[in-house]
Amino acid sequence: MSRYMGTAVKRVEDPRFLQGQGKYVANLSLPGMAYVAVKRSPLAHAKILGIDSSEAEALDGVIAVYTGQDLLDGGASFACGSLPCGFTPPDIVTPAHNPVAVDKVRHVGDAIAVVVAESSYIAEDALDLIDVDLDPLPVVVDARAALEDDAPLVHDDVGTNLSFHWPLGDEDAVNEALSDSDHVVELEFVNQRLIANAMEPRACAAEWDPSSESMTVWTTSQNPHTIRLLLGAFTLGIPEHKLRVISPDVGGGFGSKIFHYPEEVIVPWVARAIGRPAKWVASRTESYVTDAQGRDHITRAKIGVNDDGTITGLHVTTWANLGAYLSTFAPLIPTALYITLLSGVYKIPVIFGESYGAFTNTVPVDAYRGAGRPEASYLLETMVDLAARRLDMDPVELRRKNLIPSDEFPYQTPVALEYDSGNYQGLFDKIEELSEYQSLRQEQEKARAEGRLVGIGFSSCIEASGPAPSAVAVGLGAAIGLFESGSIRVHPTGKISVFTGSHSHGQGHETTFAQIVADELGVAMEDVEIVHGDTDRIPYGVGTYGSRSAAIGGSALVKSAEKIRDKLKKIAAHMLEASVEDMVYDQDEGTISVSGSPESAKTFAELAFAVTTADNLPEGMEPGLEETSFYDPANFTFPASAHTAMVEIDSKTGEVEVQSYAAVDDVGNVINPMIVEGQILGGIVQGVGQALWEHGIYGEDGQLLSGSMLSYAMPRADGFPSIAIDRIETPSPHNPLGVKGAGEMGTIAATATISSAVLDALAPLGVTHLNMPLTAEKIHNAIVAAGNGGGE
Amino acid sequence: MYPRPFDYVRADSVEQALDLRSETGGRFIAGGHSLLPMMKIRMTAPNALVDIGRIDGLKGIAADNGGFTIGALTTHSMVAAEGAEGFPAALSEAASMIGDPLVRNRGTVGGNVAHADPASDLPTVFSALGATMTAASKGGATRDIGAPEFFTGLFESALNSDELLTTVKVDAERAGRASAYAKLFNPASRYAVVGACAVVEIGEDGSCAACTVAVGGLTPKATVLESVANALTGNPVTEDSAESAARESIDEVGDDIMGDVYAGVDYRRQMLPVFVARAINAAASRAG
Repeated sequence: MSRYMGTAVKRVEDPRFLQGQGKYVANLSLPGMAYVAVKRSPLAHAKILGIDSSEAEALDGVIAVYTGQDLLDGGASFACGSLPCGFTPPDIVTPAHNPVAVDKVRHVGDAIAVVVAESSYIAEDALDLIDVDLDPLPVVVDARAALEDDAPLVHDDVGTNLSFHWPLGDEDAVNEALSDSDHVVELEFVNQRLIANAMEPRACAAEWDPSSESMTVWTTSQNPHTIRLLLGAFTLGIPEHKLRVISPDVGGGFGSKIFHYPEEVIVPWVARAIGRPAKWVASRTESYVTDAQGRDHITRAKIGVNDDGTITGLHVTTWANLGAYLSTFAPLIPTALYITLLSGVYKIPVIFGESYGAFTNTVPVDAYRGAGRPEASYLLETMVDLAARRLDMDPVELRRKNLIPSDEFPYQTPVALEYDSGNYQGLFDKIEELSEYQSLRQEQEKARAEGRLVGIGFSSCIEASGPAPSAVAVGLGAAIGLFESGSIRVHPTGKISVFTGSHSHGQGHETTFAQIVADELGVAMEDVEIVHGDTDRIPYGVGTYGSRSAAIGGSALVKSAEKIRDKLKKIAAHMLEASVEDMVYDQDEGTISVSGSPESAKTFAELAFAVTTADNLPEGMEPGLEETSFYDPANFTFPASAHTAMVEIDSKTGEVEVQSYAAVDDVGNVINPMIVEGQILGGIVQGVGQALWEHGIYGEDGQLLSGSMLSYAMPRADGFPSIAIDRIETPSPHNPLGVKGAGEMGTIAATATISSAVLDALAPLGVTHLNMPLTAEKIHNAIVAAGNGGGE
Repeated sequence: MYPRPFDYVRADSVEQALDLRSETGGRFIAGGHSLLPMMKIRMTAPNALVDIGRIDGLKGIAADNGGFTIGALTTHSMVAAEGAEGFPAALSEAASMIGDPLVRNRGTVGGNVAHADPASDLPTVFSALGATMTAASKGGATRDIGAPEFFTGLFESALNSDELLTTVKVDAERAGRASAYAKLFNPASRYAVVGACAVVEIGEDGSCAACTVAVGGLTPKATVLESVANALTGNPVTEDSAESAARESIDEVGDDIMGDVYAGVDYRRQMLPVFVARAINAAASRAG
């Protein structure tokens, strides 16, 4: 019945991106615009003894130099407030985060001073002329070390580096279950620091209009309304109705563009202070030391398993590195998006998990694609592999033994979540078929007989996507509800503008949301335009993260379309002198007719125009055709996946080659299979990046040692074989589209899959675990240590 | 990512380039793939750039007298794609392993060699091939400098500040003599963690008649390993003999190994003979 849903419509946004016609913040040029550059700390922890900006100020073309204290005082502009944290569980310690450091710097890249100049070149030259007197302080970079008694304090005023301790589950019951188990497998490991590296570096521009006392801010954000709220209520105090935030085309986010950043305070502050528009664009070097980073957990886990393979319980303690300041959603990631996911696709009777969130002298850590859920999946899948090895059981067989049966949904886990729907046995059947799992194992056996290090990895992962029912989110500590808005405006000629609170920065909403609305109203996709990213054009919305757009933003549009259809049916009934109950809305044709007499049909455009002439409307009906809905989901959606990979390790060098990769995902109903496949593929590549290459390495002195593309290894196309992708569809029962999140599943599953494959390859040597990234050197050293002498 | 202010002048001939260079005291720029990134992060700040990128006659590969003359402005892509009979296989192989297609389309042989980056591939290959670099100076004078002597240290070459590298000459391969390059990639930068180039000549009796091996990536400059060549010469080339000869590289390189966050000194030392052996085996199999 639908013409667009489920079809691989080409992305309508691509022609402009491919032809260099995208409009990004960095492209913005306003009359009289000044250019902002930020002086950043070269040290990870130091007292600011003095800032001498006289030489910089004297440089031709420099308009002004400001310090952190200037921003707090306000002067000719606003008195800046601290950057707030948007998720505050009970008893959390939330130290101040000034947009520009005042008394001391807390990480390399922390802002010290702001230069405003006539060009970016001059601004950069002026940065070199600012003399900052820094008195180095002791540094702590490791989350667990930060909680030791003698650790240097990142925030002296709060007296501790512990921001929160977040336990969930019945610890006594878990301890008892483990002590009754035939086996307990224990492991301590690290989930390493990652750097998002969106293709477009962050940027911000602002223009102050003194006549209306209003501010327009352009920023590379995944959620412009959230930025407007935080700017309005916390950091600048501009009344929300006098504040417009625009996120135009944004070149990728992966989570790193959710958060409210210091530059989003600095630039509008400057615009008002100097009475001219201002713009800042991050260099890639700045991105490395200012964009919120990802992961960075130290974890100790214990899993209980009986001889027959039944999992009996799981105990998890994690030390989560938060960096130097609490980024906007930082405390959410290692807690409610992590501990609650520890049941995975398995029936585990009892689970206890706890997280310690610690401040360190590193760049703040927050959501990064998957955000807590990849950490949970990697943990669980690693532990399940180890349990299988302990029992000498095939890891897929052990997993199958513990799967939540398809007839037990909705399924209540011991860690708060209730899974909406799933068919994990179906996933396993399909992945074993797609990957030819049994023949892979035979191939592996042959390879091993020849002395080759070949491994097969398997992971089966779950995601809680589409955050979240507002009552649940706020109950856990979120500052705002997590619904989404969607407006449909039908123009007199029947053309349609759609206004969504979701934000597209690579996801393809201009295509998929048009598919939804076109099908719901029976119009051509070309007649539907998707508008997003501008708080003056769209209704209050929440934005895009956590794989929420289709399930929540898409559902809001379905609700608005329903309202449009209802109104049109009433009008058609009035025009055709029939009763509303007898009207049939043909969504294939976009016509409304009296049941049984198709010749009476009125077209969508005819009816839209009738609403505009408005001379013959039903009694009491208002003219106009525009409907808005706010959709608050009943639950998360729970996509799931099963992935396999085969790798071969060069026994002389330790290099890993991914030889094959297969993925079966269940993201519920699919709006556009091409876009979903693209999301899964991109996600897999990103997940493999964590497993094999990516690592934000901090030296003991807090310097980021992998702070550029020369030393931080991003995945490349030539590191991958062709990836086989298939899916099953288990619709979500609680949203009208039946969709589940598709944006993060690939990342979540791939990290665990590749790690599993590499460790499987090394298993014959007696290697039980290696922390990621699984670099050639690390693997080589493990091979040598195992006494198998592969490295000469 | 904005460089300090600099002047820009473009030269149409070698002579003019040398004049402009001495007038401005600036630096030559060709593909700009090493110099511009350093300027953008302000690691270096020349007061002027003398653009030699459009000088006629410095771009391309010509066959002559049993060898090949490679113009300094020849791009890595052109070297990688060179299919002339006898063009050293190691050179095309190494050029194809530099950076990515965008870098290879802009980066030049002359710029690469003059930059003398220890982790670069071409210095290693030119050292093994015994290439001859020709430098021009004002008044039409030229000077030939052989590799490996051309590479004098970390980012240092034998070029004087008043000279411009114009060509690199290499011998053609012939029946019984072939080269190969083996490389362990840094997954981030694509530079060589260890790069090894071997030129092997197989005699009529099937054993190694002559051999040159050079390594780079882990040493401050491209380094020719005499001990490996000595151990191999006169012996049949087998996996075992190659491995055994390659092991000599560890002592010869000694403590002259640099490490980084991706690959430490010990790891690189252990990888050295692995890649030397791989290069020898590949070259021998081409020669044989």
